[in-house]
Amino acid sequence: MRKPVEQIEEATILFAGDSGDGSQTIGTQMTETSALIGNDVATLPDYPAEIRAPAGSLAGVSGFQLHFSSEQIHTPGDLCDVLVAMNPAALKVHLHKLKPNGILIVNVDNFARRSLRLAGYEDNPLEDGTVAKYQVFSVELTRLTRKALENTDLTTREIDRCKNFFALGMILWLYNRSMEYTMKWVKTKFATKPQYIEANILALRAGNIYCEATEQFAVSYDVKPAAFEPGTYRNIEGNMATVLGLIAASHQSGLPLVYGSYPITPASDILHGLAQYRNFGVITMQMEDEIAAVGVAIGAAFSGSLGVTGSSGPGLALKSEAINLAMIAELPLVVCNIQRAGPSTGMPTKTEQSDLLQMFYGRNGESPIPIVAPSRPFDCFETVYEACRIAVKYRTPVIFLSDLYIGMGAEPWRIPKLSELPEIKADFAGREYAHGNGFEPYQRDPETLARPWAKPGTPELEHRIGGLEKSDITGHVSYDAENHEKMVEIRAEKVARIANEIPPTEVFGAQEGDVLLLGWGGTYGAVRTAVEHCVEDGLSIAHVHLRHLNPFPNDLADILNRFKKVLIPELNRGQLLKLVRSTYLIDAIGFNKVQGQPFHVYELESKIDEILKELGHF
Amino acid sequence: MKRERTSRTKRSRTSRIPAGVPTLSKKDFESDQDTRWCPGCGDYSILAQTQRIMPELGIPRENIVFISGIGCSSRFPYYMNTYGFHTIHGRAPTIASGVKMANPNLSVWVITGDGDALSIGGNHFIHMMRRNFDLNVLLFNNRIYGLTKGQYSPTSEQGKQTYSTPLGSLETPFNPISLALASGATFVARSLDRDPDHLRTVIKSAFEHKGTSFIEIYQNCNIYNDGTFFQYTEKETKADNTVFLEHSEPLVFGAERNKGIRLNGFQPEVVETTNGDYTTDDLIVHDQYTEDTTLANFLAGMSDTPDMPHPIGIFRSVRHPCYEDAMTNQIHGAKERVGDGDLEALLNAGETWTVS
Repeated sequence: MRKPVEQIEEATILFAGDSGDGSQTIGTQMTETSALIGNDVATLPDYPAEIRAPAGSLAGVSGFQLHFSSEQIHTPGDLCDVLVAMNPAALKVHLHKLKPNGILIVNVDNFARRSLRLAGYEDNPLEDGTVAKYQVFSVELTRLTRKALENTDLTTREIDRCKNFFALGMILWLYNRSMEYTMKWVKTKFATKPQYIEANILALRAGNIYCEATEQFAVSYDVKPAAFEPGTYRNIEGNMATVLGLIAASHQSGLPLVYGSYPITPASDILHGLAQYRNFGVITMQMEDEIAAVGVAIGAAFSGSLGVTGSSGPGLALKSEAINLAMIAELPLVVCNIQRAGPSTGMPTKTEQSDLLQMFYGRNGESPIPIVAPSRPFDCFETVYEACRIAVKYRTPVIFLSDLYIGMGAEPWRIPKLSELPEIKADFAGREYAHGNGFEPYQRDPETLARPWAKPGTPELEHRIGGLEKSDITGHVSYDAENHEKMVEIRAEKVARIANEIPPTEVFGAQEGDVLLLGWGGTYGAVRTAVEHCVEDGLSIAHVHLRHLNPFPNDLADILNRFKKVLIPELNRGQLLKLVRSTYLIDAIGFNKVQGQPFHVYELESKIDEILKELGHF
Repeated sequence: MKRERTSRTKRSRTSRIPAGVPTLSKKDFESDQDTRWCPGCGDYSILAQTQRIMPELGIPRENIVFISGIGCSSRFPYYMNTYGFHTIHGRAPTIASGVKMANPNLSVWVITGDGDALSIGGNHFIHMMRRNFDLNVLLFNNRIYGLTKGQYSPTSEQGKQTYSTPLGSLETPFNPISLALASGATFVARSLDRDPDHLRTVIKSAFEHKGTSFIEIYQNCNIYNDGTFFQYTEKETKADNTVFLEHSEPLVFGAERNKGIRLNGFQPEVVETTNGDYTTDDLIVHDQYTEDTTLANFLAGMSDTPDMPHPIGIFRSVRHPCYEDAMTNQIHGAKERVGDGDLEALLNAGETWTVS
């Protein structure tokens, strides 16, 4: 008899185990399967910096959190409905994230004394009351996987590596999901190693049948598809959306893409992603260091390509002198910063938004540079495309300020039609720019103040540029006092004028009233969810999420003044806060968290409550 | 690897001036900027020889790009009426690599100095050599920091007393030729600011070499390090302190052409060829085209050996694949294998679903 199925709106699952246990793999499989049946999904991979930390240690725990729903969702969920703990260390690290009465699935075979001690447990937490408030399912994952695969030719070691698929089989059963997608994936992944195809599918099926056959699980759950805007969708990670956005910008502008990079977490996936697309003419160059990586991008831009470099905070520190060169030489350049927790090496695998002021001010001299920030994984596509558009149109470096949370997170993306993409016009200077005085490389477009992009190879436009201050119009080296001030002002004005093109800012929720939450970057999901809850409760709360951080939108001043309080939540010590307070002279309030982890919705909600109380509500 | 004869090498990429287009002169390569080096600086000669040789290269002016870093020598691009980019300290190789990668049709020249290339830009220098872009690198070695007013450089002799080392520098100097060879450079040469004919010939050979061509130029800083190379450049001492490298020729030198370099064990030895003990047949015969780097390294080491003449000329010239060609091949190969990139298909790749 088929067991009963319960309809639920949403669920959050956390897969956790040793970093070699394959939690990321099965988490991704469950995400893709859920996305394909039409759920809205949001994910949070959380893995250690060490490739293989000592087995069973707390440092070696790798987690993957997945939130899926029949409604629109914006975050990977605060607390979890299900925790799959492959060993005691995973239990120790993640148990506090499980809701009371949540489902806890543990691989009981890994709870021997030695493993317990490695995780810092004196006694077995499965027996001493630690897990009393949860629904505990102790499963002999190792033994059952070995049993299911006993007729294969694999070694025990190889068999044990399949136990994550046993766990995935269980979860697919628990949420009434088909195994079809994963089976297809396994066949492609191990196309050259058929013995692994069979083994992983056997383990997957065994986990599935185990739930159906044993009496441990009484019910399973179903989460219906979410309502999405019509269109074709795919699931996408932020860094992959960045890759596609860069290729799209190259394609639409006709400018060949040259991407210079040096490996660094969490930006390397952009290098890996782009390197696959040589057939798009994409040139990726892994250079000797961060400076060389931006250097080749600047050289390529001078030569008339779309020059792009990518890194994370420490790399940006090294690149700053070269970015400043592109700024004063007024060459188009896109710089991707996938932020991670700093300072210095910091916590390379944890998220943070603490590079904003570095991007604003971290260069010598007066150095205005446009900054755009994506808000969600799929938004990386449009935002990096916008960075390319600004760079090319205004001949300036542009910083694309993403972060680890969105770079590595995934969610469904409505794939745009090419006709929906804004125009990017390369607009190179030709012979007609040469006249009686020769070519003047610092004459300007009266509207954008962009100087001509005259690439080497163009007859009669031979000219010299460089990091020394240049004379207005002629571009000759100049130490003239008045000229220097004028050039500083022109460069600032050029960046300021970008604001004239920024579309009207969307205000979600109340259009005026009590509290405006002003966010940027990867906090979008948590902030939007918290504000949605408040709006549902009839509170006078609004959310504005900035894509353009430099320059700010022209309508921002007016919007800020329509609210009694402006709350700026950031995963830093208040960097946008400083900028907003000094730019608009308003008494904005910060809400800050610097733990390498994203905001929880409840944290934001309680801060909003606190402010409402101060305003005399409740 | 195929040997190359520089004199016969055809350059396939850099487009030549079509027949009928008026030929250019030195004047066409002089920019309208006042040259601002100290009077008497060796840089003037290098600039003049470069401007003189440019018309002979047979390529349109617009296809020539000079890229420099920071230092006295790095002002060079401002004085050339070509495309130019005066970049930041030590980083010219990276920007030049990007320029060349983005447009392999350009003739790209890197102008650098001993501090720029070997100190702050040391990392880029060695990697530029091993990547073997088709670039030309002129390193003006004056063994001093001139622009910052006289500190010791990575090529200054140990014990050098300067403003920053009043008691003498503590470091062993780099040998730029050895460093380039160790980094896999395919064309390595040395010339002199005060030998215009030789300098022009070597610059032309560097241009004709396909791959990264490196020329160390002994250059006099008459303000902060006057005469540092005079024993190799001045008429009275030059012949006895330098040996000019000629492919297939024995290493003969000296005012009387009566001295030569012989291999004694693994050491170079100066011998007389006219006193009956040795003849030119006993001397090392130069081979700049050999793939093996032993001879080039041996010759490079002579300038670190006391009382040995400094070799001047082309140490090594071999043909290896260039980075930009290999990259272009990968792009063509990928296009042949999977077809030209189709953006619509790329965006819609993988598992998709439709909501209507």
